[in-house]
Amino acid sequence: MIEKLPILSLLIWLPVFGGLLVLFGTGVKHKAASQMLALVIAAATLFLSLWAWSEFDSSRYYLQFVEDKSWIDSINVRYALGVDGIALPLIALTSLMTLIVVIASWNNIKHRSAHYFAAFLMMGGLMNGVFAATDAILFYVFWEAMLVPMFLIIGIWGGPNRIYATLKFFIYTFFGSVFLLIALIYLGMQAKSFDIYAMHQMVISLDVQKLLFFAFLIAFAVKVPMVPVHTWLPDAHVEAPTGGSVILAAIMLKMGTYGFVRFMLPIVPDASIAMANVMILLSLVAVVYIGLVALAQKDMKKLVAYSSIAHMGFVTLGFFISFALIANKSTDAAIMGIQGALVQTISHGFISGALFLCIGILYDRMHSREIADYGGVVNTMPRFAMFFMLFAMANAGLPGTSGFVGEFLVILASLQANFWIALLSGLTLILAAAYTLWMYKRVVFGEVANDKVGQLPDLYLREYIVMAVLAVLVLVFGFYPAPLLDIMQPSVEHLIDCNLVSKLSPEGMCS
Amino acid sequence: MTDSINFSLISSEIFLLSAICIIMIVDLFQRDKERNLTFTLTLLTLVALFIFGVNQLDTVRTIIFYGHWVNDQLAVILKLAIYATTIIALLYARPFISHRNLMRGEYYLLTLFSVLGMMIMVSANSFLVVYLGLELLSLSLYALVALQRDSKQASESAVKYFVMGGLASGFLLYGISLIYGATGSILISEVANHYAENESGLIGQFGLVFIVIGLAFKFGAVPFHMWLPDIYHGAPSSITAFISSVPKIAAFGMTMRLLMEAFSTFAADWAAMVMIIALLSVAFGNIVAVVQDNLKRLLAYSAIAHIGYFLLGIVTGTEAGYSASMYYIIVYALMTVAGFGIVIFMSGEEKEYQNITDLRGMGRYHPWYGLMFSIVMVSMAGIPPFLGFWPKLEIFRQLIINGFVFEAVVAIAFSVVGLFYYLKVIKEMWFAEAADSPVITTSRSMKIAISMNCLLLLVIGLMPDSLYQYCLSAFQLLG
Repeated sequence: MIEKLPILSLLIWLPVFGGLLVLFGTGVKHKAASQMLALVIAAATLFLSLWAWSEFDSSRYYLQFVEDKSWIDSINVRYALGVDGIALPLIALTSLMTLIVVIASWNNIKHRSAHYFAAFLMMGGLMNGVFAATDAILFYVFWEAMLVPMFLIIGIWGGPNRIYATLKFFIYTFFGSVFLLIALIYLGMQAKSFDIYAMHQMVISLDVQKLLFFAFLIAFAVKVPMVPVHTWLPDAHVEAPTGGSVILAAIMLKMGTYGFVRFMLPIVPDASIAMANVMILLSLVAVVYIGLVALAQKDMKKLVAYSSIAHMGFVTLGFFISFALIANKSTDAAIMGIQGALVQTISHGFISGALFLCIGILYDRMHSREIADYGGVVNTMPRFAMFFMLFAMANAGLPGTSGFVGEFLVILASLQANFWIALLSGLTLILAAAYTLWMYKRVVFGEVANDKVGQLPDLYLREYIVMAVLAVLVLVFGFYPAPLLDIMQPSVEHLIDCNLVSKLSPEGMCS
Repeated sequence: MTDSINFSLISSEIFLLSAICIIMIVDLFQRDKERNLTFTLTLLTLVALFIFGVNQLDTVRTIIFYGHWVNDQLAVILKLAIYATTIIALLYARPFISHRNLMRGEYYLLTLFSVLGMMIMVSANSFLVVYLGLELLSLSLYALVALQRDSKQASESAVKYFVMGGLASGFLLYGISLIYGATGSILISEVANHYAENESGLIGQFGLVFIVIGLAFKFGAVPFHMWLPDIYHGAPSSITAFISSVPKIAAFGMTMRLLMEAFSTFAADWAAMVMIIALLSVAFGNIVAVVQDNLKRLLAYSAIAHIGYFLLGIVTGTEAGYSASMYYIIVYALMTVAGFGIVIFMSGEEKEYQNITDLRGMGRYHPWYGLMFSIVMVSMAGIPPFLGFWPKLEIFRQLIINGFVFEAVVAIAFSVVGLFYYLKVIKEMWFAEAADSPVITTSRSMKIAISMNCLLLLVIGLMPDSLYQYCLSAFQLLG
């Protein structure tokens, strides 16, 4: 039955049109109706993505649920969708986080809540489009279009400095993506098609590869974000409303790493090898230096934002360490590195999303994000403290949580490449533990700091549900990451066998 | 065939001219302050022309009147775009002019005369006819700008426009005379034949330089742009909406007739000049627009930048590049008319609200129009899936195909600067704190017209193919 259904189109357009329905159908005047409608649509989208997951044949690497329709014939752009084992988990993550955001912001948005829900639904659909598109221009359309709802979300419902933050966010990411557009047009011209997988099979000279590499790097490094183009992220996170921060951390950063896997590694592998050392260095700087920066933060949201950058450093490290490993003929370790990076991508979605939700729960009650304003929260909010503890531990990479799996795989892989890289990246486990747990200690433990903390109510049912869902996921994937690894395995193997081979000559490429 | 006199192929022009005469007489006997009959007849004329033009699609290229007139797919499609944009501009103008003592028959008649001039421009096959059409257009526009007699600003603009326009026409005419001296003909096809067989020669190149300058003046491309912001700002907003959009389409037609058809063998020469002009326009327009607080001036500088992008397509010197430019200019006209539509929409009965800050609170108190205006802005910024993205994509694609990668990178980098000021407008509408709601006094027809125009930017943006197919067909590029 699923073969007949354009499941990916539904995953994109159901939330988009659902968002429009919330925007114009129920509108601001009927708050309850628009909330219910948003909930139903988000839940239906999640259901569809889980259904797609259950029907996905994880023993094969190639694209599934393929749709291919003509769209703009004159420039040969097609409406082409399809997912492999790398994209599908990200779609599921997007649908899940959209639903969680809808539930978590249920009554928290004081003005224009219908517009708020509509923006999140539409953004969810567009982000699904980014992961599902197999036509480069279609990918770019979704990639840019989803900036607009986020721009509005931060700008309308954000904090006091929201205008600066949202303009910075939009202009930074737009600046990155215009070069991506040039690269895509060039590749489309050479490949005579905008099919991303046709681009994977192209012979490109090293000089051109390097130029393309930089175009991709600017686009994806801004999104990930990598040092030194990370400065928009702390601003955007601090000013964004809770839901915006959750989506920003959980999904939007992943679009950058997805871009690395989908475009950079397979299309310009030779340039990537040439630049791998620089990239590893930048990743290590992100891991170590940003970890130290996080230690010094006074604002909880900023702290988690910096910790996101540090954790995304692991992802890029995993990607680029694999080239060194392939050169050493240790393919298994390379697979491990990339898989670790991808698992880290998903798990960071849960953990950072959950941490931002925790901060949002505190902020809703206290209207402050300063660590100094808190202390002794455990006395009044014991249940909250329990969940917060779990997510803080997961952020620190405690074994048994999903945060451990990805980081462990990446460190294991880098150990086979270079002891010092592994050591430095291992250091971060200590740093992450230091800044997360220190924040946790200052906020949660100790005497009740002030009267406001003394009067905090514990979690409401709605918050409880959200926390519990994420906690279960963090633990399940921590103890049993196999489903995630299994679904990715064939795609990652294919990536290494067929795509990470030299593109300087047609030898070794397999179609 | 060339020597034949075939009135059936200029029936649109004859029809329009007769309609103008009839409307002029009808208008004389009208007591109605609102000029309803004149307005209706004007619109009906344009709609009839549009329907007639649609029937002429897929026409075969025919040259008539001893080589002075050409009828081809390019002319038909450009004329269709001219009618459509004029209709939109007239719909916007109605509430605006009725409050400002501009509701006179001349308004409509001059608009129709300028449409006639533009039709002549895009169908001309000789330098003389090009010039004839251009002057008919320009004189009508000078008069239109000056129509608000009691406004100092408008009168100043009209004089400026007249002097600058005269200068530009002078350049063009001087160039034409040099070319005539070098080739002995004013027919475009014969000039092209002459240069296909002979060397260009110093006089020919000299003439070409003057023609390019004349065209650049008309487009308002840097460094011949100084008149443009002042006139767009000073003219009554409804007239700015018209002169900023429709004549650019005709100017594109004129550029094609002159540069592509007459001087195709010089392509390398003029392409180098146009490239400099284009990149300067992109850079200058985008940077200066950033510091504008007045929406009309902001749109004027953004128009300079858009003209730069549009010229980049011509630089490629290929037919695919020209069709990309054509796509760009039609889309530009649709977006710009909507952009100045915002200014008209905001103006009250007495006062005009032209500052960006006057838009404060739109998102909060009039979310629908806030949304519509945001669509215009993101479309101009070139964010997909809105319409403005596709011609930009096509221009960059043609640049890269023809090896202008560096130029494409420079131009696209400036579009990031462009994004900033478009976002500034959205920022004022949605994010800035507003004490009270902006007053909207405009008529219902205006509300419907601007909503349709903005939705068009989204709907065509989702299905951009058909419009582009027409642009390709104008250059016989459909397989």
